[in-house]
Amino acid sequence: MMEEASVFMTHAIGLHARPSVKLTKLAKTFTAKIELSVSGEGPWIDAKSIVKVMAAKAPQDTTLFFRAEGEDAGAALEALKALVERDFDEGAADAANA
Amino acid sequence: MTKGNVGIVIVSHSADVARGTADMVRQMVGDEVPLAWCGGDPDGGLGTSVESILGAIDQAWSEAGVAILVDLGGAETNSEMAIEMQPEERQSLIAICNAPIVEGAVIAATEASGGAPLAVVCGTAEELSPA
Repeated sequence: MMEEASVFMTHAIGLHARPSVKLTKLAKTFTAKIELSVSGEGPWIDAKSIVKVMAAKAPQDTTLFFRAEGEDAGAALEALKALVERDFDEGAADAANA
Repeated sequence: MTKGNVGIVIVSHSADVARGTADMVRQMVGDEVPLAWCGGDPDGGLGTSVESILGAIDQAWSEAGVAILVDLGGAETNSEMAIEMQPEERQSLIAICNAPIVEGAVIAATEASGGAPLAVVCGTAEELSPA
């Protein structure tokens, strides 16, 4: 069964290099198929593909939509949502340098 | 993951470029990937040396293999030479990625950190290259 989640991203520079790496690395720790979209309608991209996630170039104040399918789909969505909500564990100073 | 993660070697003509690229990998991806860099000739000028590439490969060596990111011409040919000088059983476990050195190193290390095999590590970095 497909599970879905969405989260509002406030990171100052949006989904650029460093946040993309963190998101992809986290997604890879789950076995579920995880996809990401910047609109609820798609296109859906593989959240484990660093090249595709970076290429999405989601700017600040974008709502990110996730959907996942597989045994640990629920846990994966929880963890990804939490990462975005924590602002990718980056302070304002880091963001300015990113 | 018994073999560990694929290692990354950065080979530039400039020690500053190589070191800076390695810094980006460490900061953006983290410590779970074996990483080594080399750059510059032994006199401190621009260039690459087979000897330092051999050293970097040893430093970043992993049972899962090593992906090498290079900048221009000599970095690639000297890396090829360094691979040929490796013991035969190692040669098939070393690959030069056809990708831009900085972006490729970060992407390759991101893949490697998730435990991806060498072919996937290089293939993903190469997705960046212009078609």
